[in-house]
Parts: sequence; C-alpha cells; structure tokens
Amino acid sequence: MSDKVNLNRRQFLGKASAAIAGIAIAPGMLLFDFAHARPAGEAASSAVRWGMLIDTTQCDSGCNECVSACGKENGWPEAKSPTDVQWIRKVELKQVSTGRQTSLPMMCQHCAEPPCVDVCPTNASFKRADGIVLVDKHRCIGCRYCMMACPYKARSFVHEPVLDHNSDMPRGKGTVESCTLCVHRVDRGEQPACVEACAKAGHRAILFGDLNDPHSEIYLRIRSVASAQLRADLGLNPGISFVGL
Amino acid sequence: MNLLRAAVLLALLCMVNLTVAAVPMPKLDIGKGGQCVEDPKFMRKNHMKLIVHQRDETMRQGIRGGKYSLAECVNCHSSKVDNSVLGSSEHFCQECHEYAAVKIDCFECHSSKRKVIAEASK
Repeated sequence: MSDKVNLNRRQFLGKASAAIAGIAIAPGMLLFDFAHARPAGEAASSAVRWGMLIDTTQCDSGCNECVSACGKENGWPEAKSPTDVQWIRKVELKQVSTGRQTSLPMMCQHCAEPPCVDVCPTNASFKRADGIVLVDKHRCIGCRYCMMACPYKARSFVHEPVLDHNSDMPRGKGTVESCTLCVHRVDRGEQPACVEACAKAGHRAILFGDLNDPHSEIYLRIRSVASAQLRADLGLNPGISFVGL
Repeated sequence: MNLLRAAVLLALLCMVNLTVAAVPMPKLDIGKGGQCVEDPKFMRKNHMKLIVHQRDETMRQGIRGGKYSLAECVNCHSSKVDNSVLGSSEHFCQECHEYAAVKIDCFECHSSKRKVIAEASK
C-alpha cells in the first residue's frame, strides 16, 4: 500500500516538474509569477513575514517618487507643516567627518517587537500574523501614545477631517496612522505603491518580499549583501533593512 | 377628574400616532439595486451587524473577499447620478438614516463613492 502511494507521489512530482519546465522561458525565468494573492476567505499567515530591503546606494536624493506614490495610493495630501500626515518621507543623511551623503525613504519599520503595539491602551495598534504593523481605526481613540513610543517617528495623527477617501484605505480625523506596507495591495498579490514607483523611476532601490521564503529575492539578497536594520540595538527586529548605510 | 385626565392622555396618544403615520416612508435612489446579499427586509434591520463582524476579520486577520463588505454596499447602492450613497435626502444611506434618526459613522473614514469612479476621478 505504502509503495503504491510513493509511486504515485513520484509520478506526480515527475509530471509536475515537467510542467514547470514547460512554462519556463529560461532557467530562473517563468512565464508567470508564483506569488499570488491569498485566496478569498483565508487569513494572513504567520509563515509569511513581509519586509523590505532598501538599497540607499540606488536611492536618488532629488527623487520623491515613493512619497508621492504613497500619498496617491493611500489618499494623504502632501505634508506642508510638521504636524501633517506623513506615512513615508525622504531623509538626507550627511556624515560630518567625510561629507558622505546618503538619501533614503523612512517609514514604519514593521518591527517584530513593535513598541507601538506594547503601549496601545485599546489594542488598536496591532501586528498582523504576516508581520505588518497596523492601526485598527475602529478602536483607536487618538491618544498618540504609539507616536511617542515609536523610535522611528513613523506615525502621524490626523488632525483635519478627511474629505476625499480612497476606497481601499479608510482614513479619519482623530486617529493615528502610518505605513501599512500597502496591505490592500499585498493581499491582492501586488507590490506596495512605493516599490512600484521606485522601479518605474528607474532606481529599483526598494525590494519587497517575504523574509521567510527561501526562494524569494529578498531572502537571497539579505543573505548575500551587507545590510543593517535601523537602531538594531533596540532589539525590535524591524522588517525593513538598509544597504549602504 | 381621573377619568378626564385619562381621556386627555388618550387623545394625546392618538395625535402622536397620527403624526407617526403621517411621516412618509423614505423614497430611495437604490442605485444599481438587484439581488442583495440577503433578503432586503433582513438587511434593513441587520446590515450593520453583518459588516461589524466582517470589518474585524478583514482588518485584524486579513480575511478578504467575504460575502459582506461595506465597499460592496457602496458599489451597488451609490446613486447612478453622482456615484455616492450620501449627499441628499434621496441618497441610499443618508435618507434611511435620516428617517430612523441614526447617525452614520462609516463615512467619516470610509469612501462613500463607488470604487471605480472614485479612483478614475483622481
């Protein structure tokens, strides 16, 4: 009985690999992508951990494409004052001794141990099973404790009424919000808006993917290129890492 | 004396009843309409309960594509004229909520416009 099962399994594997070889254009290149949207009705899985690898050597200091793409995708207006909403911002760094300049996008680092979640008194701030840190605005009372707790200053408070909503990203006055890793797009099997915009602008500075998937590009890159998490000393284990800092 | 009081009270109650009956039922622009996810009678009473449960599953667990969704309510019921469920006393959500004197909180944060159009106009 067990022999028969094994034989069937072997036959199946043989046929499956032949099928995969058939749709491959060249070694390593397939006709379609294997990363698909999660089926309807299925919850986010803790087997996945979404993250980003940002290559600061590819990030252009004059370029603001990721920021404007995020604003357009998620419906937040361009920040004009320090208290305005900013889900992502461009940061310019300069090393004083050498004058070396670095440009990078800063946003929620999607920590594995998020301090914003620890301090939230209403459980509005939470980490989804797949590592995306979010604010449940149905529960947020706008106390802004999470904004104080975040070492990356990644969160913003909505001070003004929101008049023009995007259907995929509800936003409202009196709640705290931050980068969602474009959770609505990720659930559809797409890349976050900033990643797409960066690639479109020809920089390809942001690589997005599943940090737990040994076949994903980000998994391989993080293991072959020197990268660093911001303030790794805090032990928060952010999902976002940087190259060239 | 008590009898008189009772009579006055009864008369007042009748007047109240009459005024209630005189308020016309809402005339709704039902948008696309058609087959709803549940029976309309059930929906009138329970629509808020269906999406309260769904919103937590979608938000916190990432379960999408379920039977009930606020975005789908808006997609079907927004006015064919301006693609919105709010705006005047004929718009689907607004009119019924005005009739029942219940404040809608959904659209403080959620879009009240049909999805495709909302994105195309940007």
